[in-house]
Amino acid sequence: MSELLQVIGLTKRFGGLTAVNDVTFSVQELEILSVIGPNGAGKSTLFKLIASFLRTSSGEVRFRGERISNLAPHITARKGVVRTFQETTIFKGMTVRDNVVIAHHLRSKASLFGYFIGSPVAMRDEQEFGRSADQILEFLGIGEIKNEIASNLPQGHLRALGIAIGLSTDPTVLLLDEPFAGMNHDETRHAVEMVRSVRDRGVTLLLVEHDMSAVMNISDRIVVLNFGEKIAEGTPAEIQRNEKVIEAYLGIEDESIGL
Amino acid sequence: MTRTIKIVWVVVFLAVLLVGIPAFITISERWDLYYTLTSVALLSIASGGVWLTFYIGRINIGQGAYALMGGYVSAILVVKYDVSFWLTLPLAGLFCGAASVLIGLPILRLRGVYFAMITLVLTEVARLLMLALPITNGAKGITSIPLPEAVKIFGLTLIPDFATLSNVKPAFYYLSVVLMILSFAALYRLVNSRLGKLCRSLQQNEELASSIGVNIAYLRVIAYVISSFLGGIGGATFAAISQSVYPSSFTIADSINFMLNCFLGGLGYVFGPMLGTLVLYFGWDLLFQTGEFQLLIFSTVLIALILILPNGLLSVRFNKVSRESAGRE
Repeated sequence: MSELLQVIGLTKRFGGLTAVNDVTFSVQELEILSVIGPNGAGKSTLFKLIASFLRTSSGEVRFRGERISNLAPHITARKGVVRTFQETTIFKGMTVRDNVVIAHHLRSKASLFGYFIGSPVAMRDEQEFGRSADQILEFLGIGEIKNEIASNLPQGHLRALGIAIGLSTDPTVLLLDEPFAGMNHDETRHAVEMVRSVRDRGVTLLLVEHDMSAVMNISDRIVVLNFGEKIAEGTPAEIQRNEKVIEAYLGIEDESIGL
Repeated sequence: MTRTIKIVWVVVFLAVLLVGIPAFITISERWDLYYTLTSVALLSIASGGVWLTFYIGRINIGQGAYALMGGYVSAILVVKYDVSFWLTLPLAGLFCGAASVLIGLPILRLRGVYFAMITLVLTEVARLLMLALPITNGAKGITSIPLPEAVKIFGLTLIPDFATLSNVKPAFYYLSVVLMILSFAALYRLVNSRLGKLCRSLQQNEELASSIGVNIAYLRVIAYVISSFLGGIGGATFAAISQSVYPSSFTIADSINFMLNCFLGGLGYVFGPMLGTLVLYFGWDLLFQTGEFQLLIFSTVLIALILILPNGLLSVRFNKVSRESAGRE
């Protein structure tokens, strides 16, 4: 296995607050790596930095050895590192299928003008996107609802749609933001299977998640953040035994966290 | 709608515009209608531009600035540099498009009411600029603009010199209507191609759009440039018809009307601004007899319409159809 994505000394300061402090880890090809930590640990900020939604204060993110931090989000996405959002972030007014078709943008070969005049390349693109969209929707088990307006969907389907949008960009690394939040036990189990099957398609997954049992179940490795710093990294079994992690989650004497 | 029904609609629409209305005017001798309908056609071109900025999720109250700019560019080129009107028409559009790149790059980063406010100011800035610049002749404006010249290719007269026509009104009517048809055909094509979907993706969620690889800054500017281009050619033609242009030719009130036209017709329908302009223009004129109550009645009706039909007039006709086609696809 090779190191696909490297996070090197990544730091983000908002004024006096250091949200992410000198975090270093790397993601191997085709693994599922979860980033966990208590609320406010800097997980979401870390994601935004990796996907170039925020500019770093120092440090950098490398993808196949090439810096991808501090670019624009669409350029990072074009290189193959794509961020998906929490469930409410979809194109609400469009049908499920249109959501997925539009998300094929990175695969388009025709120019904008080509789409305007309906050039042969553009027509081929459209056909290809439609086919691929149907296939992705089937794959994620939401094929029957493809003509629903996205805003009418229940939670579980929204999550699947979010992943479908991410998959449509043909990513190498997909960042999933809390894919299991707000789900009941059955839905979570179903979603865990879905995420696994995405990895089996050849996508490396990095996820931020609160649901501990799902994280322990799905992850190959886990990175733990607390107050913006990485306090542990390892397999689920190692993390479960790690004292620092237990401290971070269960609380410790006030003194040692500086209160 | 099936393809045949669409084609029938288009043919009927074109026939009414190009044959029906001129025939009606000739028979009824209501020559004033030419001026009214010409204005409606030109205003709906500018409104169509505003509509496109709505389509990417921006409230644009600055179209008056580009209409004014377009009018001046054309007038100055015709009067001072003796350029043919037919050449100044695209030049005015291009000038406005270029200006909107410079203006749009910084301001399109703003959203919602902030963008709206900036564009509102833009109209006023344009008016003051036309008052102040040495080339625009200040408050006196540019008057006695010659009528459009003939267009000849290899000695063949494509368009006659407007000055030699006995009645110039139908000529301007045809010019404006053809421009309107071309503009809306282009808008229709744009919205129904993948570009339209991309614009809608911006309207609905810019963050997500950028994460799926859409260059949102670029697309926003493109939409804004097209919008301003339409404003520019609308303004340029207006200047040619009235043979004059003043700093007060297009003011904030016009910018707001452009926006209202879109609201009234329906933000979800390409042809919304066209219908909106027609209804708003004629509605305003019809209320003329009510004298001092004109504005009161007008605004009350507008508020009522927006409350009853938040998706615009066209939603009455197309609501059912669009739901059906959404289910069928």
